[in-house]
Amino acid sequence: MTSPEISPFIIFFASIITSNMVLANFLGMCSFISVSNEYKTASGLGKAVTLVMVFTTVINFAVYKFLIVPLELEYLRYVIFIIVIAASVQVIELAMDRFLPELHIKLGIFLPLITVNCAILGISLFMVIRNYNFAQSLLFGIGSGLGWWLAISTLAAIREKTGKNKIPKGLEGPGLTFIIIGLMALAFMGFSGMFAIQ
Amino acid sequence: MEILKTILGITGISTVLAVFIIVAEKFLNNYGECGIDINDGGKLLKVDGGVSLLSALASNKIFIPSACGGKATCGLCKVKVLDGAGPVLPTEEPYLNKQELQEGVRLSCQVRIKKDLRIYIPEELFNIKEFNATVTRITDLTRDIKEYRFDFREGEEISFRAGQYMQIETKPYGKVKERAIRAYSISSPPSDKKGVELIIRKVPGGVCTTYMHDHVREGDEIRITGPYGEFYMRDDSDDYVFMAGGSGMAPIKSIISDILEKKLDKKMIFFFGAVTKKDLFHTEFFRELEKKHDNFKYVPALSNPGPDDDWEGEAGLVTDVMKRYVETGRDRHAYLCGSPGMINACIKVLTSMEFDESKIFYDKF
Repeated sequence: MTSPEISPFIIFFASIITSNMVLANFLGMCSFISVSNEYKTASGLGKAVTLVMVFTTVINFAVYKFLIVPLELEYLRYVIFIIVIAASVQVIELAMDRFLPELHIKLGIFLPLITVNCAILGISLFMVIRNYNFAQSLLFGIGSGLGWWLAISTLAAIREKTGKNKIPKGLEGPGLTFIIIGLMALAFMGFSGMFAIQ
Repeated sequence: MEILKTILGITGISTVLAVFIIVAEKFLNNYGECGIDINDGGKLLKVDGGVSLLSALASNKIFIPSACGGKATCGLCKVKVLDGAGPVLPTEEPYLNKQELQEGVRLSCQVRIKKDLRIYIPEELFNIKEFNATVTRITDLTRDIKEYRFDFREGEEISFRAGQYMQIETKPYGKVKERAIRAYSISSPPSDKKGVELIIRKVPGGVCTTYMHDHVREGDEIRITGPYGEFYMRDDSDDYVFMAGGSGMAPIKSIISDILEKKLDKKMIFFFGAVTKKDLFHTEFFRELEKKHDNFKYVPALSNPGPDDDWEGEAGLVTDVMKRYVETGRDRHAYLCGSPGMINACIKVLTSMEFDESKIFYDKF
């Protein structure tokens, strides 16, 4: 199979907006909802997720191309991808503890939980299913990371604002959050006429 | 073939990643050499960063009490960190009250050393040592209480205050897979520096007491650390009332022996509460002391003497017996050691007898 003929840059922009991992594909919802109370922390997690995404996309691409395919281990790709992701998260956690200790403590349990962030495994699997080449995969990874970051920081910024206002009791907490997410998804989808990859 | 390939493939990938993590850890977790300044220059340590404060101190032979092995579940390893510790972790919060948070008290097992630290620890903790002691004597005192003699290695000595306790570390045995650490008071006097004696009652289902009673034999080697504890004799009185029940006799025996050995001019009376005559122990020892020293009196009290006990001594609750001997608590110190029930009852009685609450010292277990 050959790679689809889409410019990597289209993939890049599409994965930020119209094919946004969390708003279009509903991947990575757990931390998206639970770490979006505060803009600063959310943005920090966004950066960490982006970093892990780019990192793991590159490694997983290489692992798939040079190990999984030649050894015909395709059916094991889920397991192998997850191992790679877990190891990358481990290293990023060490680095963050070293260089950004404040953020490390704030993210707390959500940092190791990036390991099971479905968005990250999603990138690696989509890249295989859609048969992307290296440039396409790389920009797909970067774009999806930035898209997730954009989505979570926007949500956190909105939630910070709504948190200061009086809202009906029944809508407090997850209720309002889901409504906000829905409206955000509509807004992001509004761009689908400009570029789409799905 | 297929199976082999799969196994090798997964193993290979995992190995490469493991090596990668180890290398990364080596670089990222290397905080270089950090200094620990204890008690404003009282002691300066140089340690490799990246480890917990508790283990760094332990590897420098400063033992902070800890019973959970660094899992932040016992809350014992509190240390005041004045500088360099970073924010308080969520794991520590449940164990620290407002005042402690303000003073910078931290759980030393949760503080990772990343830069130079300034900390404060009580002077006594410097005395705490680790011993590989040999059990040289096991004496049956009653049906469920035994006294153990631990002798240290040649050249090792302990210095403690009468009334303090040691911690025993058990090895895994039977169905118990983990090591456990438990505390027991020293019954031997501080003048005996070559070893310690501990009195241990077998608690049904107790991890460490079962280990000591059923698995430890004379000649076994056991890791013990100490001395710990705030229950020791204060010297600012001339008149002492002691009260103990069961294995609570241990620290009291040590304190009384210490006072008599040092020939301090103090009046002492010791009430020992038991149910029947079978529960009494060390009676000869205290009777002997009573004969030799005018300033010491021993009063064993049985709450429920059996028909065959042929008991002529005091009967009734130990608190009631005490009321018959002690008239007032003014200028007296009281030292209590036993079950919480007994101690709480004693404190009630003592305060009603004009004992100053700040002069009642106790060790509940």
